[in-house]
Amino acid sequence: MYVAVKGGENAILNSYLLLAAQRRGDNRLPELSVLQIQQQLKLAVDRVMNEGSVYDPELAALAIKQASGDLIEAIFLLRAYRATLPRLGITQPLKTERMSLQRRISATFKDLPGGQVLGPTYDYTQRLLDFTLLASSQPVPTAVTHNTEEQPGRIDLAVTPRVVDLLNNEGLIETRPIPPGDPAPVDLTREPLRFPAVRSTRLQNLARGDEGFLLAMAYSTQRGYAHSHPFVGEVRLGQVALEIVPEELGFAISIGDIEITECEMVNQFAGSKTEPPQFTRGYGLAFGHSERKAMAMSLVDRALRADELGEPIESPAQMQEFVLSHSDSLEASGFVQHLKLPHYVDFQSELELIRKMRAASSQTPSPTVPGVTA
Amino acid sequence: MNVAHEIELAPLTELASGDVQSNFNFAYLDERTKRMIRRALLKAVSIPGYQVPFGSREMPLPYGWGTGGIQVTASVIGPKDVLKIIDQGSDDTVNAVNIRRFFERTAGVATTTHTLDASLIQTRHRIPEIPLQEGQVIIYQVPVPEPMQRLEPRETETRTLHGLAEYGLLHVKLYEDIAKYGHIATTYDYPVLVNGRYIMAPSPIPKFDNPKMHMNPALQLFGAGREKRIYAVPPYTSVESLGFEDHPFEVQRWDAACALCGAKDSFLDEVITDDLGTRMHVCSDSDYCQSRQDASRSAHGEAAI
Repeated sequence: MYVAVKGGENAILNSYLLLAAQRRGDNRLPELSVLQIQQQLKLAVDRVMNEGSVYDPELAALAIKQASGDLIEAIFLLRAYRATLPRLGITQPLKTERMSLQRRISATFKDLPGGQVLGPTYDYTQRLLDFTLLASSQPVPTAVTHNTEEQPGRIDLAVTPRVVDLLNNEGLIETRPIPPGDPAPVDLTREPLRFPAVRSTRLQNLARGDEGFLLAMAYSTQRGYAHSHPFVGEVRLGQVALEIVPEELGFAISIGDIEITECEMVNQFAGSKTEPPQFTRGYGLAFGHSERKAMAMSLVDRALRADELGEPIESPAQMQEFVLSHSDSLEASGFVQHLKLPHYVDFQSELELIRKMRAASSQTPSPTVPGVTA
Repeated sequence: MNVAHEIELAPLTELASGDVQSNFNFAYLDERTKRMIRRALLKAVSIPGYQVPFGSREMPLPYGWGTGGIQVTASVIGPKDVLKIIDQGSDDTVNAVNIRRFFERTAGVATTTHTLDASLIQTRHRIPEIPLQEGQVIIYQVPVPEPMQRLEPRETETRTLHGLAEYGLLHVKLYEDIAKYGHIATTYDYPVLVNGRYIMAPSPIPKFDNPKMHMNPALQLFGAGREKRIYAVPPYTSVESLGFEDHPFEVQRWDAACALCGAKDSFLDEVITDDLGTRMHVCSDSDYCQSRQDASRSAHGEAAI
């Protein structure tokens, strides 16, 4: 006999309990603290802050704990929290040439003012499982430095000019002057995305975009889907001051530092009727230590400038609507997973249709029933 | 819907009782966001069937699970409203239960399963069988607001087509169905022409429900959270399902009646009852089915006395 789908509320409340038990795991083991996650899973925390659009390592760590380490779920938690926060002010543009650097890499020049600093990176680790980490409580050795005057991995320059600025001195790279009137950028968290989207809007979308999606899009530009001849002008990681200008003061004050990763990608450009051959730029900026994200973002940013630079738009990475409408992990994850919801009614309609088509096709010799798009 | 709700809102402390969350604003959204959404709604009501972009917020429920409907409901609901939430016609499916619980917790309003008792009905994929009344508001959850999206995915293009009322694409699609299969092969989310001007996605309701939208006395609001669009059909507005003179719009019909209440006029879901594939048909509208069963039971009861 048919049993109606009742008792949904009990099932939901029970699912909370089962989830809590799954999250906690074996009770005999000590529980992870939010502080441990914040300190020891830093790169996960950084990703959640980026795509969650909130710079708050503690809340990001809390979200990771609550989501049992599912980063997209953690991003969702942080975004839903963020949506309830008021916007109190707008910061001044970041002065990244003044940031305090922990890492700074250029692939275009062997040496340059400010130098190359490897800093903390997995780049040259040989990816062998480190079985010593299986044992707990390993003391961490401190970095060795040849120059005892300096702190390890720190560049002590008040200003470290960006590579693009150095190229700019020769006029070999495009400049991006502040547009007349310096219009305020659209805030995608308050206004819907409209097409065509200007570059600042695109960059905000990419900054919030899913790292995996951006990585694949960026990768596609290197494999012939959009012409791209990129060089890493520079990747830098460090602390940068956030400044606001309170109305009652009328001058900028620092409200604290945040850690960021910045990438300037330098791309070949053959020139156009109005522009001489020169290098063009793709830009990536991310919270925390997020090089993969910043680099992918800069490649996609450059590909999305095809229209502005008069390049033919042929590949997905160059198509604004394709990239920007599908970059958000919340939108993608929600809509893909909504297929779990009941679709009895729509399915019933399709069932009727398929039967009708099969009845019709059994009368005619054509045996194939074309797929029905849903 | 009452735009003056803001003024009428009782203080939160009065509403906060039991499970109601007092650390969120009434119905979760802050008042500025509600105002923004109400403005979009007013525009939508003024231009029936036109998709109004709005600054959809990230809700604590996933995109694709009703965030548009929830934001519209949260923006028009007042403390005196009586809310009904259905998914696939049923009040009891988990998503409907979850959204109802969300509003019970954040707004503390009365809820009902009875269509006629509800002042607001939020729905996914169905319109109740019992005709709606003047003064009622039905809020549809919309996954894909653009009726041409599967034919032309670029919004810049579809926007122009709407602007020019150039709907050839949709007619060609229906024509191709007829050429291939001999009939129109769209069964749900069947496109409609609203007020003789805009073609609109009715949301994935079965086309069985399409005729109910036409000249409906209730206000019909549509929210698409992920796609950030709101649209509306004001009361007593013409809603015409697309068709051709020689192949007019048709709705589904069943040979069966509901196995529980005997209804022959309602949308029936098939339920498989054993592993031999035995099937029965039951009403998709659980309230309609239940009230018919109650009515027949009390009729029989009275007869016995």
